[in-house]
Amino acid sequence: MDETVAEFIKRTILKIPMTKMMTVLKAWDFLSENQLQTVNFRKRKESLAQDLVLLCKENGVSLNDAALLDIICEDIDLSDMEQFKSSFKKILQRALKNVTVTFRDAEENAIWIRIAWGTQYRKPNQYKPAYVMYYSQTPYAFISSSQLRSNTPLLCQALTIASKHHQIVKMDLRSRYLDSLKAIVFKQYNQNFETHNSATPLQERRLGLDINMDSRIIHENRIEKDRVQRVTQEIFGDYSQPRLEFAQYKLETKFKSDLNGGILAEREEPLRCLVKFSSPHLLEALKSLAPAGIADAPLSPLLTCIPSKGMNYFKIKDK
Amino acid sequence: MLKEDCASTLKVHLAQSLPLPSNVNRPRIDLIVFVVNLHSKYSLQNVEESLHHVDATFFLGKVGFLATGAGQDNHCSIHRNTVLRLAHTYRSPLFFCDLEVEGFRATMAQRLVRMLQICAGHVPGVSALNLLSLMRSSENPFLEDV
Repeated sequence: MDETVAEFIKRTILKIPMTKMMTVLKAWDFLSENQLQTVNFRKRKESLAQDLVLLCKENGVSLNDAALLDIICEDIDLSDMEQFKSSFKKILQRALKNVTVTFRDAEENAIWIRIAWGTQYRKPNQYKPAYVMYYSQTPYAFISSSQLRSNTPLLCQALTIASKHHQIVKMDLRSRYLDSLKAIVFKQYNQNFETHNSATPLQERRLGLDINMDSRIIHENRIEKDRVQRVTQEIFGDYSQPRLEFAQYKLETKFKSDLNGGILAEREEPLRCLVKFSSPHLLEALKSLAPAGIADAPLSPLLTCIPSKGMNYFKIKDK
Repeated sequence: MLKEDCASTLKVHLAQSLPLPSNVNRPRIDLIVFVVNLHSKYSLQNVEESLHHVDATFFLGKVGFLATGAGQDNHCSIHRNTVLRLAHTYRSPLFFCDLEVEGFRATMAQRLVRMLQICAGHVPGVSALNLLSLMRSSENPFLEDV
């Protein structure tokens, strides 16, 4: 059997969400009941896919069989999306007699949902809609904060039920840039968009500034400068950062002071304080702090953990 | 500064603070310019600490202060008078120049190169000390010399 067919089957299987795996395989009807029973479906998907491909090879799978599997995936997928849409709409309409729900297919496996909110007695307000971007193959939805906030719990409930999940959790991650939110949530921000070889030495990568090339300029703190560059790069990488406008830290910690005494140091209760960083492009700004000499490198992990933790709103308490 | 036409050979050493790393061979230093960013208290603090490491002989005309950022008043966290007082304490000239502005930068560079040439002894008849007393006589009258 051709290796390309095996690869195609493996990739098709990897695209199937685990919740639908059995449904699809049964609909395909290529592997027997016995064969399916020998497979451990609790494994990691990568490993499960490999096992299934081996079984397919045993049965002598052909390109036609692989193509059929693909069609079945599409079919089940599409019907799932339709089911979600109708379920979502019904839930909202049952709760609020007046509500306008509109769907628009976006990229693969993603839809835009627009909801205009009304009440039992009033027509929907078309000027303050809420928008949701839902990725059916993932457990994530992106919601724009509608001005009519009181409807948010209902919206969340509808999403949860229609997508057949048990609960919905609000992430502490907010930004005006959907692409950036996606990049952070789907962990796609650490891809190098530039094509240069990252093994080129530090010197060559500083573009354009004559100041580094003119031999009449001597940097006395070159070693430290290079260290800062290196540390910054280790933490932030070479790629452009996802775009966020704020980072907010709600502190409920006891006041700590180097000086002995002072009124604040004597307080037993935690001090409540809010620190908010704002910037047109927060992460790029943070990345440039140490190289610009404004902050020491490495930066506080509270700042650098933002993309990896997928949070930009933090609550900090004493341990 | 390097773009300026200058008969002498000019070298610029950039440092974040003093003292300089000691394990390096350096040519003689003719002029030290401390750059204070008025937007940053840290900048002033850094300069104040670095000043302690400067040999006293430099303060006979071979030190200058350059304050940048005065143009953006709402970003300034250091008062003008603070740097004026600092320069006065060290008996050295103070220049205000927003380094962000191309035109000001070019003019400032020109002044510094002329000053540097004098401090290096490349201008016959004028010494660093001469220049210092010349500049001081036109200073702000209500900052009195003790």
